[in-house]
Amino acid sequence: MPLLDVRDLVVRYGPLTAVDHVSFTLRAGETLALNGPSGCGKSSTALAVLVLRRPDAGEVRFEGRELTTLTEGELRPLRPLMQPVFQDPYGSLSPRHRIRDAVAEPLKVQGRWSAGAGPARVAELLDRVGLDPSYGDRYPHELSGGQCQRAGIARALASEPRLLVLDEPVSALDPSVRAGVLNLLADLRDELGLGYLFICHDRAVVRHFADRVLEMRAGRISAS
Amino acid sequence: MRPEPLLSVRDLRIAFDGVEAVRGLSFDVRPREVLAVVGESGAGKSLTARALLGMLPPDATTSGTVRLLGETDLAAQRGRRIALVPQDALSALSPVHTVGDQLAAAVRSVTRVSRKEARARAVAALDRVGIPDAARKARAYPHEYSGGMRQRAVIAMATVNAPDVLVADEPTTALDEERREQVLSVLGEQREAVGAALVLVTHDLEVVGRHADRALVMYAGRLTELGPAKEVLGRPLAPYTAGLLASLPRYAPAGRRLPTLPGTPPAPGALPEGCAFAPRCPLAADACHHEEPEPQRLDERLVACHRQAEIPHPAVELFREEPHAAS
Repeated sequence: MPLLDVRDLVVRYGPLTAVDHVSFTLRAGETLALNGPSGCGKSSTALAVLVLRRPDAGEVRFEGRELTTLTEGELRPLRPLMQPVFQDPYGSLSPRHRIRDAVAEPLKVQGRWSAGAGPARVAELLDRVGLDPSYGDRYPHELSGGQCQRAGIARALASEPRLLVLDEPVSALDPSVRAGVLNLLADLRDELGLGYLFICHDRAVVRHFADRVLEMRAGRISAS
Repeated sequence: MRPEPLLSVRDLRIAFDGVEAVRGLSFDVRPREVLAVVGESGAGKSLTARALLGMLPPDATTSGTVRLLGETDLAAQRGRRIALVPQDALSALSPVHTVGDQLAAAVRSVTRVSRKEARARAVAALDRVGIPDAARKARAYPHEYSGGMRQRAVIAMATVNAPDVLVADEPTTALDEERREQVLSVLGEQREAVGAALVLVTHDLEVVGRHADRALVMYAGRLTELGPAKEVLGRPLAPYTAGLLASLPRYAPAGRRLPTLPGTPPAPGALPEGCAFAPRCPLAADACHHEEPEPQRLDERLVACHRQAEIPHPAVELFREEPHAAS
Protein backbone atom coordinates (compact mmCIF):
# COMPACT_ATOMS: atom_id res chain seq x y z
CA MET A 1 0.00 0.00 0.00
CA PRO A 2 1.44 3.38 -0.95
CA LEU A 3 1.92 6.00 1.76
CA LEU A 4 0.02 8.49 -0.35
CA ASP A 5 -2.33 7.78 -3.23
CA VAL A 6 -3.77 10.83 -4.95
CA ARG A 7 -6.42 10.29 -7.60
CA ASP A 8 -7.96 12.81 -9.99
CA LEU A 9 -7.32 15.71 -7.67
CA VAL A 10 -9.08 18.94 -8.68
CA VAL A 11 -8.63 22.33 -6.99
CA ARG A 12 -10.53 25.36 -8.28
CA TYR A 13 -10.34 29.01 -7.31
CA GLY A 14 -13.51 30.50 -8.74
CA PRO A 15 -13.37 30.04 -12.49
CA LEU A 16 -9.70 29.03 -12.39
CA THR A 17 -8.78 25.35 -12.23
CA ALA A 18 -5.43 25.33 -10.42
CA VAL A 19 -5.14 21.53 -10.17
CA ASP A 20 -6.75 19.62 -12.99
CA HIS A 21 -7.17 15.86 -12.41
CA VAL A 22 -3.76 15.15 -10.93
CA SER A 23 -2.96 11.58 -9.85
CA PHE A 24 0.17 10.09 -8.30
CA THR A 25 1.35 7.72 -5.61
CA LEU A 26 4.18 8.01 -3.13
CA ARG A 27 5.77 5.18 -1.13
CA ALA A 28 7.40 5.40 2.28
CA GLY A 29 11.10 6.24 1.95
CA GLU A 30 10.54 7.75 -1.48
CA THR A 31 10.93 11.31 -2.75
CA LEU A 32 8.49 12.40 -5.42
CA ALA A 33 9.19 15.83 -6.88
CA LEU A 34 6.62 18.18 -8.30
CA ASN A 35 8.44 20.47 -10.69
CA GLY A 36 7.06 23.31 -12.76
CA PRO A 37 6.85 27.10 -13.17
CA SER A 38 5.14 29.52 -10.77
CA GLY A 39 1.39 29.14 -10.93
CA CYS A 40 1.40 25.61 -12.34
CA GLY A 41 -0.50 24.24 -9.35
CA LYS A 42 2.35 22.72 -7.32
CA SER A 43 1.54 24.46 -4.06
CA SER A 44 -2.22 24.05 -4.51
CA THR A 45 -1.57 20.32 -4.86
CA ALA A 46 0.43 20.41 -1.63
CA LEU A 47 -2.31 22.21 0.29
CA ALA A 48 -4.92 19.74 -0.96
CA VAL A 49 -2.76 16.73 -0.06
CA LEU A 50 -2.46 18.09 3.47
CA VAL A 51 -6.21 18.82 3.42
CA LEU A 52 -5.38 22.36 4.45
CA ARG A 53 -7.63 23.21 1.55
CA ARG A 54 -10.38 20.77 0.63
CA PRO A 55 -10.02 19.68 -2.99
CA ASP A 56 -13.03 20.24 -5.24
CA ALA A 57 -12.88 16.67 -6.50
CA GLY A 58 -10.68 13.60 -6.28
CA GLU A 59 -9.25 11.46 -3.53
CA VAL A 60 -6.31 11.76 -1.19
CA ARG A 61 -5.57 8.40 0.41
CA PHE A 62 -3.03 8.48 3.22
CA GLU A 63 -1.95 5.01 4.33
CA GLY A 64 -5.09 3.69 2.65
CA ARG A 65 -7.47 6.08 4.35
CA GLU A 66 -9.45 8.54 2.26
CA LEU A 67 -8.96 12.00 3.80
CA THR A 68 -11.11 14.36 1.79
CA THR A 69 -14.39 13.08 3.22
CA LEU A 70 -13.26 13.17 6.86
CA THR A 71 -14.46 15.84 9.26
CA GLU A 72 -11.97 18.19 10.94
CA GLY A 73 -12.35 16.13 14.10
CA GLU A 74 -11.56 12.92 12.27
CA LEU A 75 -8.56 14.54 10.57
CA ARG A 76 -7.07 15.86 13.79
CA PRO A 77 -5.28 12.66 14.89
CA LEU A 78 -3.96 12.20 11.35
CA ARG A 79 -2.57 15.70 10.85
CA PRO A 80 0.62 15.16 12.87
CA LEU A 81 1.55 12.35 10.50
CA MET A 82 1.65 14.71 7.51
CA GLN A 83 3.82 17.73 8.12
CA PRO A 84 4.59 20.68 5.86
CA VAL A 85 7.96 22.44 5.58
CA PHE A 86 7.77 25.78 3.79
CA GLN A 87 10.12 27.96 1.81
CA ASP A 88 10.52 30.92 4.12
CA PRO A 89 12.26 29.60 7.21
CA TYR A 90 11.61 32.77 9.22
CA GLY A 91 7.97 32.97 8.24
CA SER A 92 7.37 29.39 9.41
CA LEU A 93 8.35 30.05 13.02
CA SER A 94 6.75 32.60 15.30
CA PRO A 95 9.18 35.49 15.88
CA ARG A 96 8.04 35.70 19.52
CA HIS A 97 8.81 32.11 20.47
CA ARG A 98 12.20 30.69 21.28
CA ILE A 99 13.28 27.80 19.07
CA ARG A 100 12.89 25.45 22.03
CA ASP A 101 9.24 26.41 22.46
CA ALA A 102 8.52 26.14 18.74
CA VAL A 103 9.83 22.56 18.72
CA ALA A 104 8.06 21.71 21.99
CA GLU A 105 4.68 23.01 20.86
CA PRO A 106 3.62 19.96 18.78
CA LEU A 107 4.60 17.68 21.67
CA LYS A 108 2.43 19.69 24.06
CA VAL A 109 -0.51 19.98 21.66
CA GLN A 110 -0.44 16.24 21.04
CA GLY A 111 -0.23 15.40 24.73
CA ARG A 112 3.25 13.91 24.51
CA TRP A 113 4.93 16.44 26.77
CA SER A 114 6.17 15.76 30.29
CA ALA A 115 8.38 17.95 32.44
CA GLY A 116 10.97 15.19 32.58
CA ALA A 117 11.13 13.80 29.06
CA GLY A 118 9.92 16.86 27.08
CA PRO A 119 13.03 19.05 27.24
CA ALA A 120 15.25 16.05 26.53
CA ARG A 121 13.17 15.23 23.45
CA VAL A 122 13.51 18.82 22.20
CA ALA A 123 17.29 18.68 22.65
CA GLU A 124 17.38 15.37 20.83
CA LEU A 125 15.36 16.78 17.91
CA LEU A 126 17.60 19.84 17.62
CA ASP A 127 20.66 17.62 17.68
CA ARG A 128 19.10 15.40 15.04
CA VAL A 129 18.81 18.31 12.61
CA GLY A 130 22.39 19.41 13.25
CA LEU A 131 21.68 22.26 15.67
CA ASP A 132 23.46 22.48 18.98
CA PRO A 133 20.73 22.27 21.65
CA SER A 134 21.89 25.67 22.96
CA TYR A 135 20.14 27.13 19.89
CA GLY A 136 16.90 26.29 21.69
CA ASP A 137 17.35 29.48 23.72
CA ARG A 138 17.41 31.67 20.63
CA TYR A 139 14.71 33.41 18.67
CA PRO A 140 14.28 32.82 14.91
CA HIS A 141 15.85 36.18 13.95
CA GLU A 142 19.00 35.15 15.81
CA LEU A 143 19.49 32.19 13.44
CA SER A 144 20.78 32.11 9.87
CA GLY A 145 18.39 31.04 7.12
CA GLY A 146 19.82 27.52 7.08
CA GLN A 147 19.69 27.14 10.86
CA CYS A 148 16.13 28.42 10.87
CA GLN A 149 15.11 25.91 8.22
CA ARG A 150 16.70 23.15 10.33
CA ALA A 151 14.66 24.33 13.32
CA GLY A 152 11.52 24.16 11.16
CA ILE A 153 12.41 20.58 10.23
CA ALA A 154 12.94 19.72 13.92
CA ARG A 155 9.48 21.09 14.67
CA ALA A 156 7.99 18.98 11.88
CA LEU A 157 9.79 15.88 13.20
CA ALA A 158 8.42 16.47 16.70
CA SER A 159 5.07 15.20 15.44
CA GLU A 160 6.67 11.92 14.33
CA PRO A 161 5.34 12.31 10.80
CA ARG A 162 5.40 9.72 8.07
CA LEU A 163 4.97 12.19 5.21
CA LEU A 164 6.69 15.52 4.76
CA VAL A 165 5.33 17.96 2.21
CA LEU A 166 8.34 20.11 1.39
CA ASP A 167 7.30 23.26 -0.46
CA GLU A 168 10.46 24.87 -1.90
CA PRO A 169 12.34 24.09 1.33
CA VAL A 170 15.76 25.18 0.03
CA SER A 171 14.88 27.86 -2.51
CA ALA A 172 15.69 30.75 -0.19
CA LEU A 173 19.07 29.36 0.88
CA ASP A 174 22.64 29.98 -0.29
CA PRO A 175 24.11 27.09 -2.30
CA SER A 176 26.45 25.78 0.38
CA VAL A 177 23.75 26.01 3.04
CA ARG A 178 21.25 24.42 0.66
CA ALA A 179 23.55 21.43 0.20
CA GLY A 180 23.66 20.84 3.97
CA VAL A 181 19.87 21.00 4.33
CA LEU A 182 19.37 18.64 1.37
CA ASN A 183 21.84 16.18 2.93
CA LEU A 184 19.95 16.38 6.22
CA LEU A 185 16.63 15.73 4.49
CA ALA A 186 18.10 12.74 2.65
CA ASP A 187 19.44 11.29 5.91
CA LEU A 188 16.11 11.71 7.69
CA ARG A 189 14.22 10.12 4.81
CA ASP A 190 16.53 7.11 4.75
CA GLU A 191 16.71 6.63 8.52
CA LEU A 192 13.08 7.28 9.38
CA GLY A 193 11.58 5.91 6.18
CA LEU A 194 9.73 9.18 5.54
CA GLY A 195 7.94 9.84 2.27
CA TYR A 196 8.62 13.24 0.71
CA LEU A 197 6.41 15.21 -1.61
CA PHE A 198 9.07 17.65 -2.75
CA ILE A 199 7.96 20.82 -4.48
CA CYS A 200 10.78 22.63 -6.17
CA HIS A 201 11.28 24.75 -9.27
CA ASP A 202 15.04 24.15 -9.51
CA ARG A 203 15.65 21.31 -11.96
CA ALA A 204 19.22 20.62 -10.85
CA VAL A 205 18.08 20.20 -7.24
CA VAL A 206 15.18 18.00 -8.30
CA ARG A 207 17.35 15.75 -10.43
CA HIS A 208 19.78 15.29 -7.58
CA PHE A 209 17.34 14.80 -4.78
CA ALA A 210 14.20 13.07 -6.08
CA ASP A 211 13.54 9.44 -6.97
CA ARG A 212 10.79 10.43 -9.38
CA VAL A 213 9.74 13.72 -10.93
CA LEU A 214 6.31 14.87 -12.05
CA GLU A 215 6.37 17.88 -14.34
CA MET A 216 3.36 20.12 -13.77
CA ARG A 217 2.09 22.72 -16.17
CA ALA A 218 -1.17 24.67 -16.02
CA GLY A 219 -2.59 22.35 -13.36
CA ARG A 220 -1.82 19.08 -15.13
CA ILE A 221 0.94 16.52 -15.00
CA SER A 222 2.74 17.08 -18.30
CA ALA A 223 5.48 14.47 -17.89
CA SER A 224 6.76 11.96 -15.38
CA MET B 1 44.44 46.90 -24.63
CA ARG B 2 42.26 46.83 -21.56
CA PRO B 3 39.34 49.25 -21.74
CA GLU B 4 39.41 52.09 -19.23
CA PRO B 5 37.25 51.38 -16.20
CA LEU B 6 33.87 53.00 -16.13
CA LEU B 7 33.42 52.59 -12.44
CA SER B 8 36.30 52.13 -10.06
CA VAL B 9 36.09 51.07 -6.45
CA ARG B 10 39.19 51.53 -4.31
CA ASP B 11 39.67 50.25 -0.77
CA LEU B 12 35.97 50.50 -0.01
CA ARG B 13 35.18 50.00 3.66
CA ILE B 14 31.69 50.06 5.12
CA ALA B 15 31.18 49.83 8.87
CA PHE B 16 28.29 49.91 11.29
CA ASP B 17 29.02 50.84 14.93
CA GLY B 18 32.73 50.39 14.24
CA VAL B 19 32.25 46.88 12.86
CA GLU B 20 33.38 46.54 9.27
CA ALA B 21 31.08 44.61 6.93
CA VAL B 22 33.00 45.49 3.76
CA ARG B 23 36.73 45.47 4.42
CA GLY B 24 38.91 47.08 1.80
CA LEU B 25 37.36 46.11 -1.51
CA SER B 26 38.83 47.24 -4.85
CA PHE B 27 37.56 46.42 -8.32
CA ASP B 28 36.66 48.04 -11.63
CA VAL B 29 33.60 47.79 -13.82
CA ARG B 30 34.43 48.03 -17.51
CA PRO B 31 32.19 49.60 -20.14
CA ARG B 32 29.40 47.32 -21.32
CA GLU B 33 30.51 44.32 -19.27
CA VAL B 34 28.37 42.16 -17.02
CA LEU B 35 30.16 41.82 -13.69
CA ALA B 36 28.60 39.31 -11.29
CA VAL B 37 29.18 39.84 -7.58
CA VAL B 38 28.90 36.43 -5.92
CA GLY B 39 28.97 35.21 -2.34
CA GLU B 40 26.85 33.95 0.52
CA SER B 41 24.46 36.00 2.64
CA GLY B 42 26.46 38.41 4.76
CA ALA B 43 29.46 38.56 2.41
CA GLY B 44 28.86 42.28 1.78
CA LYS B 45 27.52 41.99 -1.78
CA SER B 46 24.38 44.04 -1.25
CA LEU B 47 26.19 46.71 0.75
CA THR B 48 28.70 47.01 -2.08
CA ALA B 49 25.86 47.40 -4.57
CA ARG B 50 24.27 50.07 -2.41
CA ALA B 51 27.59 51.92 -2.15
CA LEU B 52 27.75 52.03 -5.96
CA LEU B 53 24.34 53.69 -6.00
CA GLY B 54 25.08 56.06 -3.13
CA MET B 55 22.28 54.36 -1.22
CA LEU B 56 23.94 53.23 1.99
CA PRO B 57 21.91 53.52 5.18
CA PRO B 58 22.63 56.73 7.13
CA ASP B 59 24.29 54.92 10.03
CA ALA B 60 26.96 53.41 7.77
CA THR B 61 30.50 54.76 8.01
CA THR B 62 32.42 54.48 4.77
CA SER B 63 35.93 55.10 3.54
CA GLY B 64 37.68 54.54 0.24
CA THR B 65 36.43 55.79 -3.09
CA VAL B 66 33.82 54.86 -5.64
CA ARG B 67 34.32 56.76 -8.87
CA LEU B 68 32.00 56.75 -11.86
CA LEU B 69 33.70 58.39 -14.85
CA GLY B 70 35.70 60.48 -12.42
CA GLU B 71 32.61 61.53 -10.44
CA THR B 72 32.47 60.60 -6.74
CA ASP B 73 28.99 61.81 -5.78
CA LEU B 74 27.21 58.63 -6.74
CA ALA B 75 23.85 59.60 -5.25
CA ALA B 76 23.74 62.57 -7.64
CA GLN B 77 24.30 60.22 -10.57
CA ARG B 78 21.62 57.78 -9.55
CA GLY B 79 18.91 57.49 -12.17
CA ARG B 80 21.16 59.35 -14.58
CA ARG B 81 24.42 57.50 -15.17
CA ILE B 82 23.85 54.64 -12.78
CA ALA B 83 20.51 53.01 -12.06
CA LEU B 84 19.09 50.30 -9.86
CA VAL B 85 17.10 47.39 -11.23
CA PRO B 86 14.94 46.58 -8.21
CA GLN B 87 14.35 43.06 -6.98
CA ASP B 88 10.69 43.45 -6.20
CA ALA B 89 8.89 44.96 -9.18
CA LEU B 90 5.63 45.42 -7.30
CA SER B 91 6.98 47.52 -4.46
CA ALA B 92 9.32 49.44 -6.79
CA LEU B 93 6.39 51.03 -8.60
CA SER B 94 3.95 53.43 -7.03
CA PRO B 95 0.43 52.00 -7.02
CA VAL B 96 -1.22 55.41 -7.34
CA HIS B 97 0.45 56.66 -10.55
CA THR B 98 0.26 55.18 -14.02
CA VAL B 99 3.35 53.37 -15.25
CA GLY B 100 3.75 55.95 -18.03
CA ASP B 101 3.63 58.86 -15.55
CA GLN B 102 6.28 57.20 -13.39
CA LEU B 103 8.59 56.68 -16.34
CA ALA B 104 8.02 60.21 -17.63
CA ALA B 105 8.78 61.58 -14.16
CA ALA B 106 12.03 59.59 -14.17
CA VAL B 107 12.94 61.18 -17.51
CA ARG B 108 12.13 64.72 -16.35
CA SER B 109 14.03 64.24 -13.09
CA VAL B 110 17.29 64.15 -15.03
CA THR B 111 16.64 65.83 -18.39
CA ARG B 112 14.93 69.11 -19.23
CA VAL B 113 12.43 68.00 -21.77
CA SER B 114 8.79 68.83 -22.34
CA ARG B 115 6.11 66.67 -20.80
CA LYS B 116 5.24 65.50 -24.25
CA GLU B 117 8.81 64.47 -25.01
CA ALA B 118 9.15 62.73 -21.61
CA ARG B 119 5.93 60.89 -22.33
CA ALA B 120 7.19 59.81 -25.75
CA ARG B 121 10.41 58.48 -24.23
CA ALA B 122 8.43 56.62 -21.58
CA VAL B 123 6.29 54.92 -24.20
CA ALA B 124 9.36 54.12 -26.31
CA ALA B 125 11.04 52.54 -23.28
CA LEU B 126 7.98 50.37 -22.59
CA ASP B 127 7.84 49.39 -26.25
CA ARG B 128 11.54 48.47 -26.19
CA VAL B 129 11.08 46.00 -23.32
CA GLY B 130 8.35 44.26 -25.29
CA ILE B 131 5.19 45.60 -23.69
CA PRO B 132 2.49 45.24 -26.33
CA ASP B 133 0.48 48.34 -27.21
CA ALA B 134 2.85 50.44 -25.10
CA ALA B 135 1.03 53.76 -25.62
CA ARG B 136 -2.13 52.31 -24.11
CA LYS B 137 -0.36 50.32 -21.37
CA ALA B 138 1.48 53.51 -20.32
CA ARG B 139 -1.89 54.81 -19.13
CA ALA B 140 -2.44 51.75 -16.93
CA TYR B 141 -1.56 51.34 -13.25
CA PRO B 142 0.93 48.73 -12.00
CA HIS B 143 -1.83 46.50 -10.65
CA GLU B 144 -3.22 46.24 -14.17
CA TYR B 145 0.06 44.66 -15.32
CA SER B 146 0.84 40.96 -15.01
CA GLY B 147 3.88 40.01 -12.90
CA GLY B 148 6.03 39.51 -15.99
CA MET B 149 4.95 42.84 -17.51
CA ARG B 150 5.77 44.61 -14.25
CA GLN B 151 9.27 43.13 -14.31
CA ARG B 152 9.66 44.53 -17.81
CA ALA B 153 8.32 47.90 -16.72
CA VAL B 154 10.91 48.30 -13.95
CA ILE B 155 13.64 47.36 -16.42
CA ALA B 156 12.26 50.07 -18.73
CA MET B 157 12.37 52.46 -15.78
CA ALA B 158 16.00 51.60 -15.02
CA THR B 159 17.11 52.05 -18.63
CA VAL B 160 14.90 54.98 -19.72
CA ASN B 161 17.69 57.53 -19.16
CA ALA B 162 20.34 55.35 -20.85
CA PRO B 163 22.63 55.00 -17.83
CA ASP B 164 26.23 53.80 -18.11
CA VAL B 165 25.87 51.31 -15.30
CA LEU B 166 22.95 49.20 -14.15
CA VAL B 167 23.02 47.61 -10.71
CA ALA B 168 20.76 44.64 -10.10
CA ASP B 169 20.67 43.12 -6.60
CA GLU B 170 19.34 39.55 -6.76
CA PRO B 171 16.87 40.55 -9.48
CA THR B 172 15.53 37.04 -9.97
CA THR B 173 15.78 35.28 -6.60
CA ALA B 174 12.04 34.99 -6.15
CA LEU B 175 11.35 33.81 -9.69
CA ASP B 176 11.15 30.33 -11.14
CA GLU B 177 13.64 29.22 -13.77
CA GLU B 178 11.56 30.20 -16.77
CA ARG B 179 10.76 33.70 -15.51
CA ARG B 180 14.32 34.14 -14.31
CA GLU B 181 15.68 33.54 -17.79
CA GLN B 182 13.04 35.85 -19.29
CA VAL B 183 13.92 38.70 -16.94
CA LEU B 184 17.63 38.22 -17.45
CA SER B 185 17.27 38.14 -21.20
CA VAL B 186 15.16 41.33 -21.27
CA LEU B 187 17.67 42.93 -18.92
CA GLY B 188 20.52 41.78 -21.18
CA GLU B 189 18.85 43.15 -24.32
CA GLN B 190 18.17 46.52 -22.71
CA ARG B 191 21.67 46.70 -21.32
CA GLU B 192 23.00 46.23 -24.82
CA ALA B 193 20.50 48.63 -26.34
CA VAL B 194 21.59 51.49 -24.07
CA GLY B 195 25.24 50.39 -23.95
CA ALA B 196 25.35 50.03 -20.17
CA ALA B 197 27.48 47.82 -17.97
CA LEU B 198 25.65 45.61 -15.48
CA VAL B 199 26.69 44.81 -11.93
CA LEU B 200 24.70 41.69 -11.11
CA VAL B 201 24.60 40.73 -7.43
CA THR B 202 23.59 37.11 -7.05
CA HIS B 203 24.14 33.95 -5.08
CA ASP B 204 23.14 31.85 -8.07
CA LEU B 205 26.27 30.49 -9.72
CA GLU B 206 24.31 29.13 -12.67
CA VAL B 207 23.12 32.64 -13.48
CA VAL B 208 26.76 33.76 -13.33
CA GLY B 209 27.80 31.06 -15.78
CA ARG B 210 25.17 32.02 -18.30
CA HIS B 211 25.03 35.79 -18.03
CA ALA B 212 28.27 37.30 -16.67
CA ASP B 213 31.50 38.30 -18.40
CA ARG B 214 33.45 38.52 -15.17
CA ALA B 215 32.78 37.33 -11.63
CA LEU B 216 33.83 38.88 -8.32
CA VAL B 217 33.65 36.36 -5.48
CA MET B 218 33.31 37.92 -2.02
CA TYR B 219 33.75 36.37 1.41
CA ALA B 220 33.44 38.13 4.76
CA GLY B 221 33.55 41.58 3.19
CA ARG B 222 36.65 41.00 1.04
CA LEU B 223 37.54 40.03 -2.50
CA THR B 224 38.28 36.30 -2.71
CA GLU B 225 38.76 36.16 -6.43
CA LEU B 226 37.93 38.09 -9.57
CA GLY B 227 38.25 37.09 -13.19
CA PRO B 228 36.50 36.04 -16.38
CA ALA B 229 33.33 34.23 -15.26
CA LYS B 230 34.01 31.09 -17.26
CA GLU B 231 37.50 30.77 -15.78
CA VAL B 232 36.38 31.46 -12.22
CA LEU B 233 33.66 28.82 -12.48
CA GLY B 234 35.66 26.42 -14.62
CA ARG B 235 38.92 26.64 -12.75
CA PRO B 236 38.51 28.42 -9.42
CA LEU B 237 41.73 29.59 -7.79
CA ALA B 238 40.39 30.05 -4.26
CA PRO B 239 39.20 27.13 -2.09
CA TYR B 240 36.11 29.14 -1.14
CA THR B 241 34.97 29.40 -4.75
CA ALA B 242 35.66 25.69 -5.18
CA GLY B 243 33.49 24.97 -2.15
CA LEU B 244 30.60 27.00 -3.52
CA LEU B 245 30.81 25.14 -6.82
CA ALA B 246 31.14 21.74 -5.17
CA SER B 247 27.87 22.26 -3.28
CA LEU B 248 25.86 22.66 -6.51
CA PRO B 249 23.64 19.62 -7.14
CA ARG B 250 24.51 19.72 -10.83
CA TYR B 251 28.09 18.65 -10.11
CA ALA B 252 27.14 15.88 -7.70
CA PRO B 253 26.15 12.38 -8.76
CA ALA B 254 22.43 11.79 -8.11
CA GLY B 255 21.62 10.18 -4.79
CA ARG B 256 25.02 10.95 -3.26
CA ARG B 257 25.48 13.40 -0.44
CA LEU B 258 26.32 16.90 -1.59
CA PRO B 259 29.67 18.29 -0.54
CA THR B 260 29.22 21.18 1.88
CA LEU B 261 31.46 23.85 3.29
CA PRO B 262 32.11 22.96 6.92
CA GLY B 263 31.08 25.56 9.50
CA THR B 264 29.45 28.92 8.87
CA PRO B 265 30.71 32.30 7.65
CA PRO B 266 32.07 34.47 10.46
CA ALA B 267 29.91 37.30 11.75
CA PRO B 268 31.27 40.80 11.14
CA GLY B 269 33.13 41.77 14.27
CA ALA B 270 33.90 38.13 15.11
CA LEU B 271 36.48 37.47 12.40
CA PRO B 272 39.20 34.91 12.98
CA GLU B 273 42.80 36.00 12.79
CA GLY B 274 44.35 35.71 9.35
CA CYS B 275 42.26 34.63 6.35
CA ALA B 276 38.56 34.81 7.23
CA PHE B 277 37.94 31.53 5.37
CA ALA B 278 40.82 29.60 7.01
CA PRO B 279 38.70 27.86 9.71
CA ARG B 280 36.55 26.30 6.97
CA CYS B 281 39.31 25.69 4.44
CA PRO B 282 40.64 22.19 3.69
CA LEU B 283 43.92 23.71 2.45
CA ALA B 284 44.55 26.08 5.36
CA ALA B 285 48.16 26.21 6.51
CA ASP B 286 49.96 28.12 9.23
CA ALA B 287 50.20 31.40 7.33
CA CYS B 288 46.46 31.36 6.69
CA HIS B 289 45.72 31.59 10.40
CA HIS B 290 48.02 34.56 10.90
CA GLU B 291 47.98 36.81 7.87
CA GLU B 292 45.04 37.95 5.80
CA PRO B 293 45.96 37.39 2.13
CA GLU B 294 45.95 40.36 -0.25
CA PRO B 295 44.67 39.99 -3.82
CA GLN B 296 47.45 38.91 -6.21
CA ARG B 297 47.25 39.29 -9.96
CA LEU B 298 47.54 36.17 -12.14
CA ASP B 299 47.07 37.08 -15.80
CA GLU B 300 43.47 38.24 -16.14
CA ARG B 301 42.61 37.20 -12.62
CA LEU B 302 42.94 38.33 -9.04
CA VAL B 303 43.00 35.91 -6.15
CA ALA B 304 43.44 36.46 -2.41
CA CYS B 305 44.66 33.11 -1.09
CA HIS B 306 47.99 31.99 0.40
CA ARG B 307 47.40 28.47 -0.86
CA GLN B 308 46.40 29.34 -4.38
CA ALA B 309 49.28 27.33 -5.87
CA GLU B 310 48.08 24.17 -4.07
CA ILE B 311 44.58 24.13 -5.54
CA PRO B 312 43.91 20.85 -7.34
CA HIS B 313 42.07 20.62 -10.62
CA PRO B 314 39.19 20.04 -10.69
CA ALA B 315 39.09 22.12 -7.53
CA VAL B 316 35.72 20.74 -6.42
CA GLU B 317 37.66 17.57 -5.47
CA LEU B 318 38.82 19.49 -2.41
CA PHE B 319 35.34 19.11 -0.95
CA ARG B 320 34.44 15.67 -2.27
CA GLU B 321 35.60 13.71 0.74
CA GLU B 322 32.89 14.92 3.03
CA PRO B 323 32.72 12.95 6.25
CA HIS B 324 29.30 11.45 6.92
CA ALA B 325 27.41 13.67 9.33
CA ALA B 326 27.30 12.36 12.87
CA SER B 327 23.97 10.70 13.48
